[in-house]
Amino acid sequence: MSALSIEGRHIGLPLRETKWMREFYTKLAKQFPLGELTEQRDNLAFISIEQPQLRPLLMHLRDKEGFSHLVLLTAVDWIEEGHFQLTYLLSNRTNGTDIGLRLMISRDDALMESIHDIWPTAATYQRELREMFGIDFPDSPGVYEDFILEGWNNIPPYRRDFDTLEFSTENFAQRPGRETKDPAQHMKQQLYPDGA
Amino acid sequence: MAYQPDRSQYPQPGADGKLDIDLTSGKYLKLWQGPQHPGITGNMAVELTVCGDEVVEGKVHVGYLHRGFEKLMERRTFIQCFPIVCRICVPEPDFNEYCYAAAVEELAGIEIPEQARWIRALILEMGRINSFLMYCGGQAGSYGMGVISQWTTYVRDLMLDRFEELTGARIYHMFILPGGVRDTLPEGFAQRMEETLREIEITMKDVYETMYCNAVFKKRTVGLGVIDPELLDSYGVTGPNARAAGVAKDVRKDQPYLIYPELDFEPILGQDSDIYTRADLRRQDILQSVDLVRQILAKMPKEGPVMSKLPNVLHWKIPRGETYIRGECSRGEYGYYLVTDGSGFPRRVNVRGPSYTHAMSLLERMIVNINIADVAGLMVSLHTYPPEIER
Repeated sequence: MSALSIEGRHIGLPLRETKWMREFYTKLAKQFPLGELTEQRDNLAFISIEQPQLRPLLMHLRDKEGFSHLVLLTAVDWIEEGHFQLTYLLSNRTNGTDIGLRLMISRDDALMESIHDIWPTAATYQRELREMFGIDFPDSPGVYEDFILEGWNNIPPYRRDFDTLEFSTENFAQRPGRETKDPAQHMKQQLYPDGA
Repeated sequence: MAYQPDRSQYPQPGADGKLDIDLTSGKYLKLWQGPQHPGITGNMAVELTVCGDEVVEGKVHVGYLHRGFEKLMERRTFIQCFPIVCRICVPEPDFNEYCYAAAVEELAGIEIPEQARWIRALILEMGRINSFLMYCGGQAGSYGMGVISQWTTYVRDLMLDRFEELTGARIYHMFILPGGVRDTLPEGFAQRMEETLREIEITMKDVYETMYCNAVFKKRTVGLGVIDPELLDSYGVTGPNARAAGVAKDVRKDQPYLIYPELDFEPILGQDSDIYTRADLRRQDILQSVDLVRQILAKMPKEGPVMSKLPNVLHWKIPRGETYIRGECSRGEYGYYLVTDGSGFPRRVNVRGPSYTHAMSLLERMIVNINIADVAGLMVSLHTYPPEIER
């Protein structure tokens, strides 16, 4: 249950409980070993799964349950816990529901099987994930080609340990006249140039 | 367009399915379409391999507009992300504002006032009209009809005037905030909007007679760039590109949001799925959005709050969670995947722009075996905006 909080105080409304998703999850859990279910809305749920279940589950959801639209494939870097979360979001247009499959992989050995044969468009997502997060998808078409970055030789930039501020300070020079001034010091300098 | 029946001089696929293209043979030429291009496809490039005047292979290159928005947002508080999101898509920025605001609201458990929901829908429909008007000019321009873009730019400018009086800005409005919208409609807005809508209808009639009834435009676009309806799901095709193939994919109907269930409309469908059908469908979509704006202005509550009472935005902390919010923008499904971790900053924001699938894998597939002169028309007909691909 989510709610806006300030310093531990919860403000705002609790989210609605859903029924359809729970029934669907129970049905699905009879065929596949599934992890935790998070019901986000009455038409959106996230299910944690393990790597061996990914392919059979995706095929089942696409061919038997009508989740034929791959909405997105992306990663979240949980650096403190030492893993990447891959999210495969699928949509079923006929009943207007979405299911997100959450899959954790190790940050140290970021490797995942490709699903471009199930959805050809997944190749683009996988190419981006390899470039931005350093997650490898062997056999995915064009996965080792530059996608957005060109000649990048630093750590993958969307990882949490990549510091954007440090990178820009090291690689780019400030244009003259664009120095950042401390407002208090600047006004003092303007008002009392002699330091009086 | 009329290809020779003898295909022996064109490359044949090898055992691995790839075309056997020997650049040293002198039969092929590499040609770059973009990244600077006078169409409305923005800064992206297609690396074409041509044989005679026929494209045998096309490879899309993006990255010219990458500004790392998704990464930037991880360093900013939830409210500080706000001026960033709208810049992800220039011609139709409001969907970024709506999807981001709705995602934050859902994870934070904020409910927005009724009038704000209507004003949000009004802004989204106004943005849709603008985006389609820009598309019409681009599509006509790619077939040598420069004057159409001047007409559509004129009426788009009138709509920007309406945006300016409503939001204070013409392009990036920053009006849809978490919790509602920033203001109510100004005095006399509905009447001035009606005048603008009438002007748009008159212009679209002229555009129809000049562009859509033009023999050259028809001859060059009918039957070209057909998307097979069976490819829609495997290539993630949504929006008008899917509706032109006869599949009623429309988020406004499939997963209604805001006040769309209270509006009277049906998704417009095409049949032939070619460039002409897609162009004509978007023309009808403009007229449908004009009608939707009228419906919204007539049905919306005339008074009431437009912003929820919220605690100090600088100190928000949203508990760990994730959600996905989508809307039907002029190009298809636009969505935000937001992950929070209990801190004052988003853990991850992922933007799902429709161009991500349309301009990459789909375009690369469709571009094969068409004439060089038709490449621009095909690119524009998919209605892609590269900033959505790179974010």
